[in-house]
Amino acid sequence: MFENYEELSAEQIDLLREIGNIGAGNAATALATMLDEKVDMTVPSVRITGFDEAVTSLGGAETMTVAVLVNFSGDANGMIMFLLNVEDAKSIMDILIGEDDGEEELSEMKISGIKEIGNILSSSYLNAISALTGLTIHVSVPYVAIDMVGALMSVPIIEFGAIGEKLMFIEENFLGETNELKSNMIMFAEIDTLKVIMQKLGLEI
Amino acid sequence: MSQLIVIGISDYKFAKAPEVLVTYALGSCVGVCLYDKISKIGGLSHVMLPDSTNFSSKDFNRMKFADTALVDLVQELKRAGSGNNRIVAKIAGGAQMFAVQQGSKMGAIGDRNIQCVKKALSELRIPILAEDTGLNFGRTQYFDLETGIMKIQSLNRQINEY
Repeated sequence: MFENYEELSAEQIDLLREIGNIGAGNAATALATMLDEKVDMTVPSVRITGFDEAVTSLGGAETMTVAVLVNFSGDANGMIMFLLNVEDAKSIMDILIGEDDGEEELSEMKISGIKEIGNILSSSYLNAISALTGLTIHVSVPYVAIDMVGALMSVPIIEFGAIGEKLMFIEENFLGETNELKSNMIMFAEIDTLKVIMQKLGLEI
Repeated sequence: MSQLIVIGISDYKFAKAPEVLVTYALGSCVGVCLYDKISKIGGLSHVMLPDSTNFSSKDFNRMKFADTALVDLVQELKRAGSGNNRIVAKIAGGAQMFAVQQGSKMGAIGDRNIQCVKKALSELRIPILAEDTGLNFGRTQYFDLETGIMKIQSLNRQINEY
């Protein structure tokens, strides 16, 4: 029985990777449909890292990043963050709107469009997990912010780093084939949620 | 300029002039600069959570919490030669990074961090000379031990010195 993220076994980590694969696969399909282009997805990685290493792995503390945050609750509790750089956020919205507004900054309308994309992708991800496990998962409204990635990451770090010195997240990178649009989805879950999911999938914990 | 001494999340460090301390991209965490201008010894604590009293486990990281980190750092500063009643504070951070609904646990954490840092400093009888806290943006905090000046840098905002 594990009490913090550091105690997860190799077998349990494999299962989490598979869950990420199923969730993100569904999200990538949704993204591909929206962009009307092929979206490649990396093999998910399950990261169990210190707080500073988590921030470094996402590009470095001060890197300007667009983040959409969704909380989930019910039988499973956690958080999904959809991250992308400002350039790619603009490009995605240009594709969806069908024109380039020529603005340097992300307009309010585009920010709200990115928020909706984050919402759709997070819901797709969680729907797949819900279908797989039979767990009831409620999804919050999405929240968006553009800031230093370290500051944005303080939110899940505070939420999931209270016990122990490590953070666990399942990470996938998406790459749009035609336009090389990169984005990144990370899922955090409470320890108890990991236990529930593993039990539902028949893994001894 | 001397090399920067970097303080990570739920960590603190202290040094003496002419060193400069920095903690990058504070969001809802609070960075606390402590300084004695006579000895020019100072510390920076990157506080992540308000209060350790809910944690029963005795081997938690004391540098993570406002109530334990600041007590420990002050002791270290005194041991290093800071005058008893000369330590002053400047604080930054405690933002609400996402516009979550009012009243939610997640939305209030920045504020609670600020309040608990202030309470801990008041119990230590350390005056707060300056603060750049709250609102909704990230901050990088530099602390120059030569001058005692705290510099705050954010994206797309002017640099502020305190």
